[in-house]
Amino acid sequence: MTIKEVQDNIIEEFSLFDDWMDKYNLLIDLGKDLPVIDPKYKVKDFLIEGCQSKVWLHPVYDGKLISFTADSDAIITRGIVALLIKVMTNRTPDEIIATDLYFIDKIGLRQNLSPTRSNGLLSMVRQMKLYAMAFNAKNK
Amino acid sequence: MKEINEIRADFPILSRKVYGKPLVYFDNGATTQKPNCVLDAVDEVYKSYNGNIHRGVHFLSDMSSEAYENAREKVRAFINADKREEVVFTSGTTGSINGIAFSFGERYIKAGDEIILSRLEHHANIVPWQMMCERRGAVLRIIPINDNGEVMLDEYYKLLSSRTRLVSVTQASNALGTILPLKEIITAAHSINIPVLIDGAQGIQHGIVDLKEMDCDFYVFSGHKIYGPAGIGVLYGKEKWLSEMPPFQGGGDMVDKVTFEKTTYNELPFKFEAGTMNYPAAIGLASALDYVSVIGREDIAIREKELLIYATGRLSTIKGLEIYGNSEKKISTISFHIKDIHQYDTGMILDKMGIAVRTGTHCAQPVMDRFGIDGTVRASLCFYNTKEEIDTLADGIEKVKSMFA
Repeated sequence: MTIKEVQDNIIEEFSLFDDWMDKYNLLIDLGKDLPVIDPKYKVKDFLIEGCQSKVWLHPVYDGKLISFTADSDAIITRGIVALLIKVMTNRTPDEIIATDLYFIDKIGLRQNLSPTRSNGLLSMVRQMKLYAMAFNAKNK
Repeated sequence: MKEINEIRADFPILSRKVYGKPLVYFDNGATTQKPNCVLDAVDEVYKSYNGNIHRGVHFLSDMSSEAYENAREKVRAFINADKREEVVFTSGTTGSINGIAFSFGERYIKAGDEIILSRLEHHANIVPWQMMCERRGAVLRIIPINDNGEVMLDEYYKLLSSRTRLVSVTQASNALGTILPLKEIITAAHSINIPVLIDGAQGIQHGIVDLKEMDCDFYVFSGHKIYGPAGIGVLYGKEKWLSEMPPFQGGGDMVDKVTFEKTTYNELPFKFEAGTMNYPAAIGLASALDYVSVIGREDIAIREKELLIYATGRLSTIKGLEIYGNSEKKISTISFHIKDIHQYDTGMILDKMGIAVRTGTHCAQPVMDRFGIDGTVRASLCFYNTKEEIDTLADGIEKVKSMFA
């Protein structure tokens, strides 16, 4: 699936719920299902600090695709992290750099990504792209 | 005191809905809502008599200037300061403390001098002093707190020394709600001729502040936390200090005579009011102080105490909920954490139920470090809140618990 297709799937999944609580319950479930990050990566080097919640993000590059594992200390944040990973993992660096993330806005979670929320999510997206740029640079 | 329904009707925003649910506003420690009279006062400035203050000879400028100076007199009377010259308008508490830290530092601080703060301070009463200390080579000394979140007076007395130049403490902790023993703190400092600054940002809206009785040397607060507009604050300083301290900003209105060789400064309080001040907000603040006086400051204190007791009792019955800050003397602010649930998750879900609380470190990271936590959920109540709203919060917390179980 392309990045666009994955995003559209998420939007469709969330569109089934009108009620906020249902949306958040889905996020909580997604957060619980997020594949566990290796504890050795839950360290400062991989920490993206926000003032509300913390996010750890670890990239692996096999020379072709980048995959991510991540975690957060807040479950709702972890749910959104899970969505971001769904969209961004196992992609080429170029795909990641070019990604336009529109799904967050469409599913009504934009407030979680605003720069002042400081929950680390916006920094996480930025960090994913920075990793992609760094891996790209290494290739050249 | 007015009936609660009448009081709430004075604040138009309180009847709005959030995500289809009635708003429960428990973030008064961050900012308070505004009564109609304040909104009308600011509106009236722009609609009827807007003109820059202290500048023109024309009708509107005169009228604005007069209203602005009347606002200063209202503030003076409200805090019972000696003279209107001692009341300086600023952008807010942060602006006031930054200004004092700079000017006081320039005038009085040299290498090796010490400033005493408490562990309960908001970052606004820490960082300006750190900046000043770095510039002047001075050192910060911190009064520790106990497990209840109270400052340890015996430790404070030990910190006072011949190196101390100033004590700057909050009237009440924004993060925990603790009211500080100001009388003891000020008396001890004054016994060795050390001036004291009181950060009234979380104090003035909760009861009577009488500066003649308190006798602090500086007192600062924000308009928006006492039902006034944002962007206006007060810096009170005893004349003996303010007359000696240099201005912290240069510009128009604060000068006496300007040549390129030398500028002499205007008299107090104008020396500290450079540029165009936020006069509409100052006028709005005066209206807010009038409103608070009409409601009754003693009655506000009594009502908020009742709300605090009810909320503390109600929340204490919730299993797994721990309250941080258990002093006997508190403003109506309750900081808590629910076992195994991140404060951000709690805040997000409460928000979707229409309940506004603050989550995180509350700009008081040293307080969080003291308790070994990375944040709390804070419900800060005021006199327009109700017991029914507290019940809604308690039910909301149970719902949060069920969602994250």
